[in-house]
Amino acid sequence: MSENKNSNGLLGWIDARFPLTKMFEEHLSKYYAPKNFNFWYFFGSLALLVLVLQIVTGIFLTMHYKPDGGMAFASVEYIMRDVDWGWLIRYLHSTGSSAFFIVVYLHMFRGVMYGSYQKPRELIWLFGMFIFLALMAEAFMGYLLPWGQMSYWGAQVIISLFGAIPVVGDELTLWIRGDFVISDATLNRFFALHVVAVPIVLLMLVVMHILALHEVGSNNPDGVEIKKNKDENGIPLDGIPFHPYYSVKDLVGVVVFLILFSVVVFFAPEMGGYFLEHANFVPADQFKTPEHIAPVWYFTPFYAILRAIPDKLLGVIAMFGSIVVLFLLPWIDRGKVKSIRYRSSAFKWLLAMLVISFIGLGYLGALPLTDNRTLFARVYSIGYFGFFVGLWWISKNEVTKPVPERVR
Amino acid sequence: MSKVLIIVAGLLLPTLGWGAGDGHTFPDDKIEIDWDDKAAMQRGARTFTNYCLSCHSAAYSRFNRVGEDLGIPDDLVRENLIFTTDVNGHKTKVGELMKTTMTPVYAEQAFGIVPPDLSLVARSRGVDWLYNYLRGFYIDDTREGLGVNNGVFQNVAMPHVLAELQGLQQPKYKSVTDSHGNESEVIVGFEIIKPGSMTKSEYDQTIHDLVAFLDYLAEPYKQTRINVGTGVLIFLFVFLILAYLLKKEYWKDVH
Amino acid sequence: MSSDGVDNNRRRFLTAATVVVGAVGTVAVAVPFVESWSPSARAKSAGAPVEANIGKLEPGQQVIFKWQGKPVWVVRRDEKALATLEDSSLTENLRDVESDDSIQPEYTKNVYRSIKPEYLIMVGICTHLGCSPTYRPEITPDFQGGFFCPCHGSKFDFAGRVYSGVPAPTNLTIPPHYYVSDDVILIGEDGVA
Repeated sequence: MSENKNSNGLLGWIDARFPLTKMFEEHLSKYYAPKNFNFWYFFGSLALLVLVLQIVTGIFLTMHYKPDGGMAFASVEYIMRDVDWGWLIRYLHSTGSSAFFIVVYLHMFRGVMYGSYQKPRELIWLFGMFIFLALMAEAFMGYLLPWGQMSYWGAQVIISLFGAIPVVGDELTLWIRGDFVISDATLNRFFALHVVAVPIVLLMLVVMHILALHEVGSNNPDGVEIKKNKDENGIPLDGIPFHPYYSVKDLVGVVVFLILFSVVVFFAPEMGGYFLEHANFVPADQFKTPEHIAPVWYFTPFYAILRAIPDKLLGVIAMFGSIVVLFLLPWIDRGKVKSIRYRSSAFKWLLAMLVISFIGLGYLGALPLTDNRTLFARVYSIGYFGFFVGLWWISKNEVTKPVPERVR
Repeated sequence: MSKVLIIVAGLLLPTLGWGAGDGHTFPDDKIEIDWDDKAAMQRGARTFTNYCLSCHSAAYSRFNRVGEDLGIPDDLVRENLIFTTDVNGHKTKVGELMKTTMTPVYAEQAFGIVPPDLSLVARSRGVDWLYNYLRGFYIDDTREGLGVNNGVFQNVAMPHVLAELQGLQQPKYKSVTDSHGNESEVIVGFEIIKPGSMTKSEYDQTIHDLVAFLDYLAEPYKQTRINVGTGVLIFLFVFLILAYLLKKEYWKDVH
Repeated sequence: MSSDGVDNNRRRFLTAATVVVGAVGTVAVAVPFVESWSPSARAKSAGAPVEANIGKLEPGQQVIFKWQGKPVWVVRRDEKALATLEDSSLTENLRDVESDDSIQPEYTKNVYRSIKPEYLIMVGICTHLGCSPTYRPEITPDFQGGFFCPCHGSKFDFAGRVYSGVPAPTNLTIPPHYYVSDDVILIGEDGVA
């Protein structure tokens, strides 16, 4: 009999039929994580928290929302005003969607800083990138549902991008919309995808992401492989069981997050028009385009890249390219040193360039175009892609500091 | 690290000047709304239901909710704020939505456009915009049928519904030259030509109250949101202390 | 990692305290979601009291009004019907002749189960499984009149009181109501005392 099983009582009965204790030990109480996790390591568990939050609040919104072009907008106001606590459930969901991207962008940045995408963790990174794609699709479709002016026209602009694809473009956009313009048909199918299909895909990808992580073990801020130094029992010397040490530490992270999250939900849910856009308080009007159409803030960096290129098709290619290039990061980075702590100053400058470009692009993507802004968007686009080109260049023969054997 | 931050900040600096708005509208004042001043919102509700609700709807709001939140009992709501009936001639019930009886077909014929619902206008346009818009109507004979234009919303299809209160005013212009060397006339003031029943400060107060009501109307649960939020934050801070102590205790094991 | 000098009591206390406070927080978070299922302002508005004009009712006639989505009967009982209510040969077969178990406002807890003997105001939903019984004003040898539910055969007298030996467990429900005037009743609200 394996020592894992508790042969007594209810737990014993379950364990004889389902690997409950086995899973608990493998993934929590006997999963050894590096003991030097810092601030940047909170965001994975926070992302999981926000996913659960969005699913729960989303389900409750679906109980009152009506996915019909004539009723959608009114049903959202019905939720806000007539349903007990409806306003809270809605604000949790709208703030949650922005919180999801803040958390995910910081989570991804951790990966770039500490080389978490490098061998043997390429697959974790790829699953993560697919999660990011699914998340963008989920957010895009969710945003159509309130059926406000920005919902309608934002969707109109983005879907018409597909028209840029040669030969099949127009047929494709007709097929996506289910009509000649964004209409009730589009709304209904986006509702089905947003509520059922993409959440299922997201959950599966998250499970795979975590399983792949647990298979090789977590990276850490020093980029040291803790499995290289184990004690006589096979336990990494620099490892500590996830439970209770990181469950208890992540709890603190969760509470801090909830405090910041609650400040927004209860005191500034619109966030100056960035989380809930002013134009979206006007019902969709297919005959009247708002003065200024901008995507929600978390899409603005990519939107800025799209607009920086003067050609429609090339702009679309550049925009998708800016995401595809992230998929290739494990192979673009030819270096062997993982963490920024031991990498060259060239790498640090490149990373700073990436951050500045990404933030700059994000800022510009929200504003109407002017000649000056277009110029800067092009500069920042070069800065963004330049990171990947530069990394590929310097990583082959990078001058790095000696990496320690044990974590610091 | 600080060196990097300074450089990052420096490189982003040029972007700061780009959020500036363009276009000149008049009036251009700012307004303060005191959510504790229920009396102001009650007066605004009265103005709203008497002047606005015949063309505009507030179709996401219910009369009894307005009454409850602003401290107006149901019978007073029925008497002073409800002027519509159903098809059988029974007065609209106090729990009903604040709809208008004007049909969209009639509205389009009369105004060329259906007057928009106002439940959320304070969130889509903002209170400052509304305050200025409602005081910005002026005489313009080129506008057929309406006779007025608006310094905030040029060529708006809405008549000056509150003209009997404010009176009718004429714009005072000034020439300005922009950065490209183009000259244009902008409005810099108004002069009352035909007085209404209110003085300027009385009218400004009326509009302030009306906008306060519209601000309430756009988010009636705002006060609840703030109250609940305060409680939530207090709880979370207490929980944070506890969770932190727990973490510190367990991490004594880790060296 | 060491376990020396571990104050297990402190550890246990902090863990317990965190779990308890966390549980309180979790319940508090659950409250809005659970309460969001209560009837919304829209449902409550649709369920508002209904005015019923009974001025034109003939003796023996039944009229149906809708309140909170439910059928509410107004029956103007004639002499014969009223007489059956106190006929002991009939009332001895009733399951709950005093209306102790059924739902009615206390101002209708009497033999007529109404404010005015002549007019019965009653919710027309069988207390068995929710079908709407039929009105049987005729007094025949096998059924002394009242209401009969076709779904499973439950029988009620002219005051909606249920007979023994039928599936329905209680008398039919009387809604709150009051007379605004002789001809007009407001169904759904108790009158001011």
